[in-house]
Amino acid sequence: MSITRKWTTYSLLIAATLVLMFPILYAFSISFMSGAEVLEGKIWPSSFSFENYRAAFEKVPLLHYLINSFAVSIFVMAGQLLVSSLAAFAFVFIKFKGRDAIFFLFISTMMIPWEATMVPNFLTAQKLGWINNYLGLTIPFFALAFGTFLLRQQFKTIPNELYEASQVAGISRFRFFWNVVLPVSKTSLVTLGVYSFLTTWNMYLWPLLVTNTEDVRTVQIGLKQMQTQEISTDWGVVMAAVVVVILPTLLLLFLGQKRLQKGLTQGAIK
Amino acid sequence: MSAVTKTANSPVSVSANPKEKKSMPTIIVGLSYLLPSLLLFSVFLFYPMIKTLYLSLFITDTQGNPLNFVGLQNFLYLFTDPNFLQSMKATFLFVLYTVPIGLIIALFLALIANEKLKGIGFFRTMFSSTMGMSVAASSVIWMFMYNPTIGVINKVLNLVGIHDVQWLLDPKYALVAVSISTIWMNIGFTFLILLGGLQNIDEKLYENARIAGVSYWYQLRKITLPMLSPTLFFIITVSFINAFQTFGQIDILTKGGPTDSTNVIVYSIYKDAFVNYNVGSASAQATILFFCILLVTALQFKLGERKVHYQ
Repeated sequence: MSITRKWTTYSLLIAATLVLMFPILYAFSISFMSGAEVLEGKIWPSSFSFENYRAAFEKVPLLHYLINSFAVSIFVMAGQLLVSSLAAFAFVFIKFKGRDAIFFLFISTMMIPWEATMVPNFLTAQKLGWINNYLGLTIPFFALAFGTFLLRQQFKTIPNELYEASQVAGISRFRFFWNVVLPVSKTSLVTLGVYSFLTTWNMYLWPLLVTNTEDVRTVQIGLKQMQTQEISTDWGVVMAAVVVVILPTLLLLFLGQKRLQKGLTQGAIK
Repeated sequence: MSAVTKTANSPVSVSANPKEKKSMPTIIVGLSYLLPSLLLFSVFLFYPMIKTLYLSLFITDTQGNPLNFVGLQNFLYLFTDPNFLQSMKATFLFVLYTVPIGLIIALFLALIANEKLKGIGFFRTMFSSTMGMSVAASSVIWMFMYNPTIGVINKVLNLVGIHDVQWLLDPKYALVAVSISTIWMNIGFTFLILLGGLQNIDEKLYENARIAGVSYWYQLRKITLPMLSPTLFFIITVSFINAFQTFGQIDILTKGGPTDSTNVIVYSIYKDAFVNYNVGSASAQATILFFCILLVTALQFKLGERKVHYQ
């Protein structure tokens, strides 16, 4: 690569990073400003104060919302991993009549926009007593066609001879699944786990519908609530809450970016 | 599930005769592994979709119980209702504003981040970072940036002599403002998918091109884009579908206003069902959403098949 081209690419990369990262850095910067500085429209705080963060945790039950979001995200992640890997195992290792039809059924789920089903789902949640309940926030999301496809791609790389050998040796299917298939697929499971956690943590519409008390409300809905309450007065506090909410997922993304990219393309294209 | 546990608990030694294990028909075993997924899909996806189609043919009470069968009247009413037509217009404009521009920006970023340079991993991470940003957090940040008096966007515009644009309150700009923030939010995901597609292209093709001494642009047109087309095809479909499903940024930034200029279809469904308690109309709109997405998917499959280059 020629020197000119190298430096052109570097300058493009740096310029793009600055533009793209600006809103996030701006949020960080505002979160350290005093109220007066925010109103002056400054870009950078004169001194870094954690006052806004203290206020964010005091004025709204932010810690409680964070715990709720963690619990819900972990629970959905575990559920999706288990349910998807069971289904993927059947699609790869258990041949039976009608399996292709069921596979087609899984594909067809991707054509149903979740939003088109939200009204009856809300009514179902009401009937089951799942409003303001962790169950309502988690169980409807356990089955995931995308997750099943992603793991199916991975399971297919396990030689079928291994499965046949285990059958001959009399190892039960479930033990083969649990003790062989899952451990060798660790990477894909981690990828799917990161994806599940990210999407659940960031979920907005459904938690808005099924929570109306502080007990189970997730942090995203907490943000909306804060922003409507504090809007004209205390942007610094709101931004401090924003930073607290995005830190876990940004960290997770920074750690898992490579795997996520591989996994998403794998599950998506083939 | 019982079949699973049964197999799991059976002692290993039983199977001196492996044939004996086959006694349970594989169809039962297979279905038991698929049961959790099938059950959840049935209860939370297939059943509610059918229920939505069903309710769209009825006048309902506020609890969503069907009262009178009215056939297609909900639909006929919607297609003459200026509010709904406005909502369709807002949805299509939103798709038009966000999908092509978002794709071009993400493709540009993926191309420059696919070069083999020192420290490229850092830039890749930065470019994908908006994927970790929730719609609520992103919208709150953009809301502040759009603030007419203290937000950074008007401050910058002031420098070039443009004054006091009411980004979120002016019907002329609100949809554009929401679209800009949406493009930003989606860049991370689109970038990540496209970068993955670029990295899957066989390195040998570029080596040959280098030996032949062709220009960068020629390479881009004759190798990169054709080889990337399956990925492009996939991400265009996904972007379309995502745009049709937009809700969070509307709820936080504009609440569908001003004068319904940002009242995209999912927000309209939400308002009808949970604010106006008109479940029949909301179901009819949800049905229209479903068919729109079905149409886009089918269309892209049909068009995509001809142009896409499969390896």
